[in-house]
Amino acid sequence: MRFVDEYRDADKAGALAAKIASMCEPGRHYKFMEVCGGHTHTIYKHGLEDYLPESIQLVHGPGCPVCVIPMGRVDDAIHIAEQPDVIMTSFGDMMRVPGGRGSFFDSKAAGADIRMVYSPLDALKIAKGNPDKHVVFMAIGFETTAPSTAVTVLRAVAEKVENFSIFCNHVTIIPAIKAILESPDLRLDGFLGPGHVSTVIGCRPYEFIARDYGRPLVTAGFEPLDILQSIYMVLKQLAEGRCEVENQYTRVVPWNGNLKALQVIGQVMELRPYFEWRGLGFISHSALKVRQEYASFDTERIFDLPGVRVADPKACQCGEVLKGVLKPWECKVFGTACTPETPIGTCMVSSEGACAAYYNYGRFSRERVKEATRA
Amino acid sequence: MCLGIPGEIIEVLPDRPDLARVNVSGVRRAINIGLLEGEQLSPGDWILIHVGFALSKIDEEEARSALEFLEGIGQAYADELQALQESKIE
Ligand code: SF4
Repeated sequence: MRFVDEYRDADKAGALAAKIASMCEPGRHYKFMEVCGGHTHTIYKHGLEDYLPESIQLVHGPGCPVCVIPMGRVDDAIHIAEQPDVIMTSFGDMMRVPGGRGSFFDSKAAGADIRMVYSPLDALKIAKGNPDKHVVFMAIGFETTAPSTAVTVLRAVAEKVENFSIFCNHVTIIPAIKAILESPDLRLDGFLGPGHVSTVIGCRPYEFIARDYGRPLVTAGFEPLDILQSIYMVLKQLAEGRCEVENQYTRVVPWNGNLKALQVIGQVMELRPYFEWRGLGFISHSALKVRQEYASFDTERIFDLPGVRVADPKACQCGEVLKGVLKPWECKVFGTACTPETPIGTCMVSSEGACAAYYNYGRFSRERVKEATRA
Repeated sequence: MCLGIPGEIIEVLPDRPDLARVNVSGVRRAINIGLLEGEQLSPGDWILIHVGFALSKIDEEEARSALEFLEGIGQAYADELQALQESKIE
């Protein structure tokens, strides 16, 4: 339990762990999914699994936007980046994500003009500074990030920037959760809802999970205590026979979300009929595209894209990891052929990816648990 | 990119009400506050920032604990701050 001991609130964490243990029904096993990659990161970083009774298993969900971008989309983005007079801009997290023919980093090394930006507004600024080039922003992310992209498009309109477009890969969290609820190989008892996505969409959209699928969901903050507290809240609901959506992260998440952010998303983007998620396959209405009114800012309408679907590498089991069916270390190439330096799958790329988080922190705590049980 | 980083508002730009100068862990940067339209932000208020945009207003205590948490995660936060440092939102 060294990780938690190092943590400033070790006493509070210990007290919560005891409350959690007391709330578990003897003989019953619980499987909870933390949807968000940020939570996965905290869980491994602080060794929170060691703090839970053995009857509770945490499974890691699909809530890492970098991890779910399919190979074909990466290839399309690289194809655009390689067009003459194009500057591709991207968040740093996306740079190492492998497509069928390499990553942004590989393509940059081969001469394409690909630049890392912190914000879509930085991409717009690059466009203003390079009027003779076309600047594309590789837009990725859940509802947390989509409003920023939408506001950037509106600013481009207001400032009449004509050499700027977005390659829209924004995804929406609810259809992914639904796909997981309907996946036959996974039975879950409850969810920890994503924190920052919920600042935008609020807690209401999760109500169907409680109502139609009979699973509790607690929107959780990112600190170790938030996560333990949220697990306790889910367990308490189960013990009391309740099934509701609750908000542990009221400090940041308003119940109704950020209406302005939702409004700008709706103004600039609309749902796609379907979108491919790496490892999960095609999910209906699970992603956003640019509305016709803003067609001149839509990379997909400006360039011809190969649009080739690329199957995930055979060795890669990211799909199972993203659905929570496999733990990262159960993937055959984990830590051997697939490491953060040479990722085969996307879950190894971003620090929020389950495999990278586990590789960076989790394996140490697991080894210790093994040692402890041997001793 | 998924991190939410707290920052303290120094001033809302008089000619651009959708922009504020914000202190983020000692880095001073322009941040877009347009998504918090109804919030009446003023100097000293804390906001949670994601890719250059304020997503929600938070209180000081939340800001402090979020900062402590971020400092604890190390490299990912250092990278994010580095990226923010290079950012020039306008
Ligand atoms: S170890 Fe690599 S290939 Fe296997 S699931 Fe994780 S990211 Fe995918």
